[in-house]
Amino acid sequence: MSAHGHSEDGQDFAHPLPVPMLLAVFGALVFLTIVTVAQASFDFGKFDVAIVMGIATIKAGLVMAFFMHMAFDKPFNVVVFLSSFVFVGLFVIFTLSDAAMTSDSFEPKIDEVVPVVVEM
Amino acid sequence: MSAGSIPSGKVRDPGYPTKSENYLTNSKGILSWMFTLDHKRIGVMYLVGVVVAFAVAGLLALLIRLHLFQPDGAIFKGSDANNTYNQVFTLHGAIMVFLFIIPSIPAALGNFLVPVMLGAKDVAFPRLNLCSFYLWVAGAIFFVSALCASGLDTGWTFYTPYSTSSNSSVILATSGAFILGFSSIFTGLNFIVTINTMRPPGMSWFRMPLFLWATYATSIIQVLATPVLGITLLLLIAERAMHIGIFDPEFNGDPVTFQHFFWFYSHPAVYIMILPAFGIISDLISVHSHKRIFGYRFIAYSSIAIALLGFLVWGHHMFTSGMGPLTTIIFSALTFTVSVPSAIKVFNWLATMYKGSISLTTPMCFAIAFIFLFTIGGLTGLHLGTLATDLHLHDTYFVVAHFHYVMVGGTLVAFLGGVFHWWPKMFGKMYSEWGGRLAAVIIFFGFNLTFLPQFVLGSRGMPRRYATYDPEFAYLHQMSTIGSLLLGVGLLVALVVLIHSLFRGKRAPANPWGGATLEWNCTSPPPFYNFERAPVVGDPYDFTTIEWDSENERYVTVDPEREIAPEEKPETEPAHAQGDH
Amino acid sequence: MSTIEAGPETAHSADGHDHDHPSFLAHHFDTPEQQFDSGKLGIWLFLVTEILFFSGMFCAYAIFRMLRPDVFEGCSQFLNTKLGAINTGVLLFSSLTMAWAVRCSQVEDNKGLVGMLAATLSCAMIFLGVKAIEYSHKWEMGLLPAGLFVYDPANPHPPRPAPPEGPWAIFDPAYWTYLDYICAPFALIFVGVVIWLIYSLVTANKFHLAVAKPLTVASMCFFVGVGLGTILESGGSESHVGEHHAGEAHAAADDGHDHPDGETHESGEAVAAVIVEPNTNEILVVGDESGNKDETAVRQRLATDSTNSGIQSEIAARQRQSSVAGTSIVTEDAEITGAIEKVESEVLTARQAGVFFSIYYCMTGIHAIHILAGIAVLVWLLVRAVRHDFNRQYFGPVDYVGLYWHLVDLIWIYLFPLLYLIR
Repeated sequence: MSAHGHSEDGQDFAHPLPVPMLLAVFGALVFLTIVTVAQASFDFGKFDVAIVMGIATIKAGLVMAFFMHMAFDKPFNVVVFLSSFVFVGLFVIFTLSDAAMTSDSFEPKIDEVVPVVVEM
Repeated sequence: MSAGSIPSGKVRDPGYPTKSENYLTNSKGILSWMFTLDHKRIGVMYLVGVVVAFAVAGLLALLIRLHLFQPDGAIFKGSDANNTYNQVFTLHGAIMVFLFIIPSIPAALGNFLVPVMLGAKDVAFPRLNLCSFYLWVAGAIFFVSALCASGLDTGWTFYTPYSTSSNSSVILATSGAFILGFSSIFTGLNFIVTINTMRPPGMSWFRMPLFLWATYATSIIQVLATPVLGITLLLLIAERAMHIGIFDPEFNGDPVTFQHFFWFYSHPAVYIMILPAFGIISDLISVHSHKRIFGYRFIAYSSIAIALLGFLVWGHHMFTSGMGPLTTIIFSALTFTVSVPSAIKVFNWLATMYKGSISLTTPMCFAIAFIFLFTIGGLTGLHLGTLATDLHLHDTYFVVAHFHYVMVGGTLVAFLGGVFHWWPKMFGKMYSEWGGRLAAVIIFFGFNLTFLPQFVLGSRGMPRRYATYDPEFAYLHQMSTIGSLLLGVGLLVALVVLIHSLFRGKRAPANPWGGATLEWNCTSPPPFYNFERAPVVGDPYDFTTIEWDSENERYVTVDPEREIAPEEKPETEPAHAQGDH
Repeated sequence: MSTIEAGPETAHSADGHDHDHPSFLAHHFDTPEQQFDSGKLGIWLFLVTEILFFSGMFCAYAIFRMLRPDVFEGCSQFLNTKLGAINTGVLLFSSLTMAWAVRCSQVEDNKGLVGMLAATLSCAMIFLGVKAIEYSHKWEMGLLPAGLFVYDPANPHPPRPAPPEGPWAIFDPAYWTYLDYICAPFALIFVGVVIWLIYSLVTANKFHLAVAKPLTVASMCFFVGVGLGTILESGGSESHVGEHHAGEAHAAADDGHDHPDGETHESGEAVAAVIVEPNTNEILVVGDESGNKDETAVRQRLATDSTNSGIQSEIAARQRQSSVAGTSIVTEDAEITGAIEKVESEVLTARQAGVFFSIYYCMTGIHAIHILAGIAVLVWLLVRAVRHDFNRQYFGPVDYVGLYWHLVDLIWIYLFPLLYLIR
């Protein structure tokens, strides 16, 4: 932040991104979207979720870094934003692990309570 | 600082504001208040609002206590007695939590104080600030309409599955809480940005008064935790409206999940309630002991530590709700970590008072009461954080007593202390010192008489939220009821003393207590622009230059007579631009 | 209301060297940079709250998916991957235009700014249009949140009363489809904006005209989205489907197990026939196969191209979807039948599939509400952009809205694979 001078000095704090960079990022995002749709037809077993989430995270990273200017933003703003994911992780991990410990299924296998309309 | 001395040297005092400067009188008419963007006026409006909410919820509390004067219920009679009792304690809890305690210190006192203490002209987003006040009003209207529609009988926690099947107006109340959540988020967001970017030159992080540190920590929680409450309540509304099956067991939902969601907000919310109180007490103890705060950095860091650790312990509200055994153990262990920073604060306050020259003013009386009551509240919390004892004490009056010691003995008492401390600054009037002390003493005894017996009740097995009880508990309940009436009288005295001061009070000097933080460097009440130019920022707890001027009954800043020397050029860059955060 | 002519002056005074507060600098800030930094931190914090807000639903999603992966896998087949992918593309493109808009505001390219904002708005509208198709289609099938879940695998398309004849019939709400209900407010907005456009043309008000033009395009784009969704949902073979009965047409043509034509009353008859004779699966199977044949034939031809993995997965998904969706259970392929039968008997109940759809509607619904909010602020930005409010010292609002818009995109980037691509 100290790198920025005062606006009175005639210096700008704006940091416009070059158009080719924007287009390149967009291209990469579209490509990754196609990849993620394409990989859905293959069965990677338990890695499925990891792969899908990995691709989504790369896409999210691209959007954050370039479209959201994060790569050029103040470190504090970046820390603020990324710290939210820490708390989300905390929340989800605790709750999820507790749910895993207390219930093995959200419905008992016998479903007699609600009449099911299944005709075979 | 001997009485009767007249300070020698160059005396600095901001004097009194003119009528056109005074933020209370610089513009007239109800509209100038309703559309004001001045953080001080918004703070005053919040103050009025939360006091009204407190009065309503306090009267409901008195109803509860009076009802419990007799084992079979003294007030609510007939077949609907239990229902009415449920609604009364639910609304008492919900209004107290959502409309009073959470906004009390951050929104009312915080709005008034944060920019002034910081030396800024206003909060970063004045419009957002006004918006958050009106969101509070909207939330309050929702709660009132819930009260008028068919009441609310789920308890303030809205636990499923009862809240999805109860035929009281859950949706109205949860919508209200949802809106209030956004009010709280916006306030917190505003304060974080204000403290980060609006600090004047010289106001570094470690020259901030501890109240600002506490407010900052509170704001972090408000921003991080409240949205989860928002989505929880939204899902609850959806659950009630169309049974989405996330919380409702009838459709495979899991009520324990609701509790996880709810307490992920609501336990940190406990720290939203208590952290600003810590901030107030840190300032009060130091100013009224006329001694530098002991362990400034530890207190500052412990606020942040509490804010962050507060996110790790929500499960201790759910030990008996059917969590996994491992989860309970982890949460129990983590719970004890929070007691460390809290204890750091208490010890530092005591060390500050040690060998200080304590003035037993009204705010100091409240501050001392706070330390006493909060310590009891905190220590009884350890019994509830321990798995074995919690199984016995869960959902008994022990829990009720514990959190009232923290919320009322802690937050409310600190709030009162803060109001009495900054009252001269807010309204420019001195109240009757004896009246204030009397109120503090009555409140202290009334409070203890109300809630100490409840510890005994709880450990003997009296469950909470019951409208009737075994006759063997009668005398403890009666003690409690008498105490609550005494507490009510004390609060009334406090209100009368303050209102009286508005009309008959002496004009307050700029610095009636001898504080060194920036708010005492502007007039009482402050001008609408706070500071004409960015103030000179000194050490907030350095009292060496502050002396009592007995002739004018005020504290003044005294600079020793000096040769005129070339002054150093002050920094021209605002503090936020130095990249030191 | 200030006019366009008034705009550049403020912009220039900002460039000037005077130390007085320029008009865009709030009184309590010292420099435009301080104002910008404050706003930026503020919006980042707001985005933090947004992420935590969504985290509740992601958490619910994670819990239920962990407990019953098969339910999620089975129900995900009801979601049309193509529509999801198109919407992803549309949102990504809108993110591009938004980032570009921020750039335009920073380099004071006002014309470009207005254009980019209009493009972003249009994309948002297309997204909503596609979403309208998805939602209305599922509602008609009864794929609703748990408490309202009425999906009947044997009868996925319950009959609707046939709309009466006459030119004014479409204005009778009794015969409106869900899609009509969703479209109605957007149609009203469209008509309103067009009237505004005409009015500003007649009065030759340049400012109003400059605002109304992009808004007209944007509000029209909702219907472009509806059309696009209709085409994709019905398998891309009926690009000629009528406009306001598009929903019914595509519902009839869905998965090709009815006759894939746009005639609503005919489809009503077809379904009614099923009701009357529940045992005549043969009729359905015949229709089903004929429907499937011409559709899959084209696709299989396309799929022979090994690079076209999207279509391949699409075919795989469609086969499963149509088998889960009910009627083609009676198929010769015993192996598939057995597997699906098991999943179906456990999954397609209010208490299982219903929960999946609850989570689906909560997540996408709240996301759509965020899109609506984004549209509102984008319109506000557009008006200000036309007014020449922004310059290189004061482009904060564009940047902040941009960040918000990217976050909405970010959430969709996760929603899309989590909901649509479960295999």
